[in-house]
Amino acid sequence: MLDIVDLHAGTAATAGAPGTNGAGMTEILTGINLHIKAGEVHAIMGPNGSGKSTLAQVLAGRDTYEVTAGSVTYKGQDLLALSPEDRARNGLFLSFQYPVVIPGVNNIYLLQASVNAIRKHRQQEPLDAVDFLVLVREKIAEVQLDESFLHRPVNEGFSGGEKKRNEILQMLLLEPSLAVLDETDSGLDIDALKVIAEGVNRYRRADRALLLITHYQRLLNYVEPDRVHVLMDGRIVKSGGPELARELEAGGYAPIQEALAAAR
Amino acid sequence: MSDELKTIESITSQEYKYGFVTDIEQETIPPGLDEDVVRLISAKKSEPDWLLEWRLKAFRHWTKLQAAGAEPTWAKVKYPPIDYQKIVYYAAPKSMPALSSLDEVDPKLLETYAKLGIPLEEQKQLAGVAVDAVFDSVSVATTFKETLAEAGVIFCPFSEAVQKYPELVRKYLGSVVPYTDNFFAALNSAVFSDGSFVYLPKGVRSPMELSTYFRINAANTGQFERTLIIAEEGAYVSYLEGCTAPMRDENQLHAAVVELIVLDDAEIKYSTVQNWYPGDKNGVGGIYNFVTKRGACRGDRSKISWTQVETGSAITWKYPSCILQGDDSIGEFYSVALTNNYQQADTGTKMIHLGKRTRSTIISKGISAGKGQNTYRGQVKIMPGAQGARNYSQCDSLLIGDQCSAHTFPYIDVRNASAQMEHEASTSRIGEDQIFYCRQRGISTEDAVSMIVNGFCKDVFRQLPMEFAVEATKLLEVSLEGSVG
Repeated sequence: MLDIVDLHAGTAATAGAPGTNGAGMTEILTGINLHIKAGEVHAIMGPNGSGKSTLAQVLAGRDTYEVTAGSVTYKGQDLLALSPEDRARNGLFLSFQYPVVIPGVNNIYLLQASVNAIRKHRQQEPLDAVDFLVLVREKIAEVQLDESFLHRPVNEGFSGGEKKRNEILQMLLLEPSLAVLDETDSGLDIDALKVIAEGVNRYRRADRALLLITHYQRLLNYVEPDRVHVLMDGRIVKSGGPELARELEAGGYAPIQEALAAAR
Repeated sequence: MSDELKTIESITSQEYKYGFVTDIEQETIPPGLDEDVVRLISAKKSEPDWLLEWRLKAFRHWTKLQAAGAEPTWAKVKYPPIDYQKIVYYAAPKSMPALSSLDEVDPKLLETYAKLGIPLEEQKQLAGVAVDAVFDSVSVATTFKETLAEAGVIFCPFSEAVQKYPELVRKYLGSVVPYTDNFFAALNSAVFSDGSFVYLPKGVRSPMELSTYFRINAANTGQFERTLIIAEEGAYVSYLEGCTAPMRDENQLHAAVVELIVLDDAEIKYSTVQNWYPGDKNGVGGIYNFVTKRGACRGDRSKISWTQVETGSAITWKYPSCILQGDDSIGEFYSVALTNNYQQADTGTKMIHLGKRTRSTIISKGISAGKGQNTYRGQVKIMPGAQGARNYSQCDSLLIGDQCSAHTFPYIDVRNASAQMEHEASTSRIGEDQIFYCRQRGISTEDAVSMIVNGFCKDVFRQLPMEFAVEATKLLEVSLEGSVG
């Protein structure tokens, strides 16, 4: 499904700034290798500033970040050559860490435009307003949001938990092949976390993959990952099974950092 | 520049599609303005003496204003001084004898209007809109006259009204916008050549929407039309106007005056989709749209509603206003003004509350893109006698890119303590994060921009008649091609 090989990426920086390489870049991802197969759930954990969100944004095609080396192959295609909308239309979904507010545009309008843009790419007929409403009502019930959220401007005045549920609603509607969830569990109370986890589990299928980016073990109690990776200083420094997440929860990142320092 | 910015640039730089010139024989007079020109225009229209006198008074007043350097400079717009002696003040398609039906109209003119998508031809009249088309300075054809006449509605070219209904014209002309009102109103009063006239007798509701289409065709020509609409007790009309012009390198002046008079329980809904040529990407050419529009709610419980979508013109200077004289009268102003490239707009409204329990609503949406400059300027005045008056104003600005600007100048003058005033304002920007969010959901940058802009304007578009709302939405998309950031 997804093969990331030696991926380097960063942002343009003022010359001479610390961490700047020869090309005038501040490198944030310093050589990521990651392979995800269909049906798998991978979790990426790591301290603040380790590059987790940068990885998510690079995969989605945000042009604030420049890829300086490496490759990303998604379903056999060169992902980095595709525009953000073509990545989305080919089944890559990003649940945003900070969902964006769009005043004046009703949520249902964005959802319908989005579903139909993706259907068009799949050479399916667009859904008309009535058919779409039937579909969206079914899905919104699954994330336990009130229907009134459909008729409010996108994310405007939504609480943190409502925004995240709205992201999951979009995921369920768009039926992507690879969903990247960027800290979708942060700032949620336990009930909201369960709703999100149920949505994620409903999405899981043998032909779909998931990449969960998180700080905490708690989402992983509900969504069991196949692999857990630790990201530090822009690289994956340790990988393991679900038990690795529990170790981190108990001991934090310090032991890994110390081991790395000793190895240098 | 990011990819998003680049794509948005390309969306907002689409060509003006109404820029063609109609090759038609024109009767024009030499450029320049003096009393003889005023007399000539009046003579060409076979006008009565009182109207010529009025024009001459206006001309003398304008001459004084010009000598005193009184051309208004308070608006937040910049342009080189206009040489009023280089403008042609009268241009008309040749062979314009009195027409009894559309069959007699020059086919080239009809072709022009077909290109503009105006329902002039008989079959298109099924659309149910009565149209008066003003080409350069002369009204070309008014459709649906008979149906309207049966209902008792008068809808005709202004020059025809002067001949057929002189007492009505004389009673109301200049009664809302006197020629002394301002520099451009004085100029218009002296040289106006045609326009539309609508009269609704007591209790008559117009059976259809009335529409006027203005077209400037000739080069170096000013267009000075005059619209006068009178709704007697209990009458109602919805009136629409649209405007286009060819692409030319020189700036052209358009100085119109619109006067509305509404008596007891009557209502006029006036909608404009203004798409004069805006100039090119570098700000060369385009129309100077300096227009005075004002309505008087003279009767109790009368209502005037202005809706405007302003996407064209190099410079827009326009403040459709309401004088709320009658008790319980209502004034409304809904506006979308878009400036792209080097366009400048200084637009807004005045709501003057005189009567008791008068109410006004102002919803203004300004969109600036490219190097465009967009100013809302509005005045709400509550006079001492306006017991229990209310106003609600909302001015929102949307910025696209980082080269444009938005300004808001609300003036509020309350002289009666019982008034209730509300003013809300916001400024926002189409951010790259919003566009990226939409793209991550499979929506292209173009569609994302148009979705966000339409969402921003929907409170105003909702006020437009259906057909116009569709046109306005499309127009906005075209006008934005090549602009976002």
